[in-house]
Amino acid sequence: MSRAAGKAVVVSGLGKSYRVGRRGFRPNTVVEAATERLRHPLRRTVYEEFRALDDVSFEVPWGEAVGIVGRNGAGKSTLLKLLTRITAPTRGRIELSGRIGSLLEVGTGFHPELTGRENIFLSGSLLGMNRGEIRRQFESIVEFSGVEKFLDTPVKRYSSGMYVRLAFSVAAHLETEILAIDEVLAVGDAEFQNKSLAKMRDVAKDGRTVLYVSHQMQTVTALCTSAIYLERGQLQYYGAVDGALERYRASFATFAATQAVASRRAGTGELRARAVRLSEDTYEPSEDKLIEIDLDANPEMLGQYFVSVHLNDENGVTVVQCDSRNVGVWLDPASAQSVTLSVTNLWLKPGRYTVDVYVCKTGILDSWEGAAVFEVLPVSPYPELAGDEALAAGMVLSDFSYQAVPAPAVGTP
Amino acid sequence: MKREELALSTGARHGRSATAAARRARVTVITPPGRFSLPRWTELWEAREVAYRFAQRDVLLRYRQTVVGVAWVVLQPLASAGIFSIVFGQVANLSSDGVPYFVFSYMGMLAWNLFNNVLGRAAPSLVANQSLVSKVFFPRMIVPLSSAASVLLDFLVALVLGVVLLIVYGINPGWPVLLVPVWVVLVVLLASGLGLIASALQVKYRDVGYVLPWLTQILLYASPVAYAISAVPENLRALFNANPLTWMLGMFRWSLLGLERPPLWQIGAFAGVSLVVFYLGALFFQSWERNFADVI
Repeated sequence: MSRAAGKAVVVSGLGKSYRVGRRGFRPNTVVEAATERLRHPLRRTVYEEFRALDDVSFEVPWGEAVGIVGRNGAGKSTLLKLLTRITAPTRGRIELSGRIGSLLEVGTGFHPELTGRENIFLSGSLLGMNRGEIRRQFESIVEFSGVEKFLDTPVKRYSSGMYVRLAFSVAAHLETEILAIDEVLAVGDAEFQNKSLAKMRDVAKDGRTVLYVSHQMQTVTALCTSAIYLERGQLQYYGAVDGALERYRASFATFAATQAVASRRAGTGELRARAVRLSEDTYEPSEDKLIEIDLDANPEMLGQYFVSVHLNDENGVTVVQCDSRNVGVWLDPASAQSVTLSVTNLWLKPGRYTVDVYVCKTGILDSWEGAAVFEVLPVSPYPELAGDEALAAGMVLSDFSYQAVPAPAVGTP
Repeated sequence: MKREELALSTGARHGRSATAAARRARVTVITPPGRFSLPRWTELWEAREVAYRFAQRDVLLRYRQTVVGVAWVVLQPLASAGIFSIVFGQVANLSSDGVPYFVFSYMGMLAWNLFNNVLGRAAPSLVANQSLVSKVFFPRMIVPLSSAASVLLDFLVALVLGVVLLIVYGINPGWPVLLVPVWVVLVVLLASGLGLIASALQVKYRDVGYVLPWLTQILLYASPVAYAISAVPENLRALFNANPLTWMLGMFRWSLLGLERPPLWQIGAFAGVSLVVFYLGALFFQSWERNFADVI
């Protein structure tokens, strides 16, 4: 019997390396490759090995919904691509005790010229269903999507909503024992997202196994029974969802600490920000936020530069971008500068926010992610008190008002 | 709605059955690929539905939103055969081994188009489907191989017209006509083998897209498609006879026009070359396949 008995997925020592040309040269045509070889006949191409994923081992039992979290570039998507066999591993071994279905995008294989019916069969077969399964599920797929009337119309004539609904319905009826899902699937309107989440929950309830890559902590909490936290290609944690998310959140703090050292930051370094200060550590949601940035001088630099500040929420989602070009502010590198950014009329929801500062000219001179952190206090900026559910949805709050005017009765001229 | 309720009420039972089903299912083991590995034929067979859907898509797309539709399939070889019979038969006054020049070059074009189109459609197929290659797993070989299906359909339509031409000109090729399916299989193997190599190369080097049409154009004139091998000067004959496409054209003309049978060694060699090229193509494709998603 295989070691994998009783487990859905067994991964041991898995690694994926990419070769990166050290001088950034990568031939795209034979001629380019040949001329490069002729120009430097003696130079051996030096490759740098980039380990996108390194020595990852874990086992997933049946019926588990596993969230895979980590910062950008931590190897989440690579792991999913290895599990779904889109790309081959460099080291290690994966055992899958069943068919694996991958939902890495909405509408895999959809062709605009084909009709809805033809696309159901094409996409279904690509996702791993056989003809019998598609036939059996056909009615149900069509019903779920609600596009019965347009089944024999080319999908290029569909509205984008209809297209997404049909594409998702096909994916939702995939009956493989293991399902790998990328968060890009969570697009579309709220109704669609809820539908897809509910469907994924059903999958796990059925005793099948779900692997779900996401940035959004809420969905991981809502959907997953355990989680994996990846950092720089290595598996740092596998266990309870809370534990993984805690590490994920902590990673923002350690990241900010390393960023404080200018030389370790990305960017050309021609000119860097020296300090970033906030007017306060905590704000009320509707308060104005003042951000002061001290910038070094570089008399040798030609032309003017600009700064761009991003405010990100706890999950790393950028809430707002304040680019000085938008308000016509360009800075002179001849002398050191101190600029103050006032963010007004932005009502943030309670929570922790990070500030990214980018100094740019044509390229990025300095990229300081997590330059400052502030907290928005859990007080309501609105005049009336309502329940929590009156504040729960949405990413930001806003200064809104309602005007109610009694509508004229129907039928009167 | 009804479905979901059902799923909830039978959730527990489902859970067990799904697990049990999975236990019975084969365990897939994924390891780093070796340098040379043979294609997994069982996997290819299991993905035949994908191949069928790809082929169906190709066929549907080619004739949807075209006015004359299927007529294009026969117009193309008809027009080429017409031009060849004017240029080579009338202007250059070459021999066509005693059959009317028009049918002679039409049958040549038939065989040539089969070879050329299988190769020509396989080569860019992976790049044309790059969104699929980077987003979902299926045996990649299916992409170039399934592109042969629409070419075969074109061939069948053009062959029917060829039979009409034979009746009009009163030519009876006799029993060798029964061998045509065998020749078709061999040509498809040869062209697909080359197509596998070309498509894998094109993933990394897009030059293939420019070089290949140019090479096949040269090959068209270097092979006795529009003229008979007997019209080739004696001192060049050996060179022409070393070209497998010369053998292929001889075989087709023997079977379809009742012309002289090509030497047996040519038939045997063509079968051998086709099988070997296809096998090598599959090996080459397989060894490049592991990097497709990373470089496409």
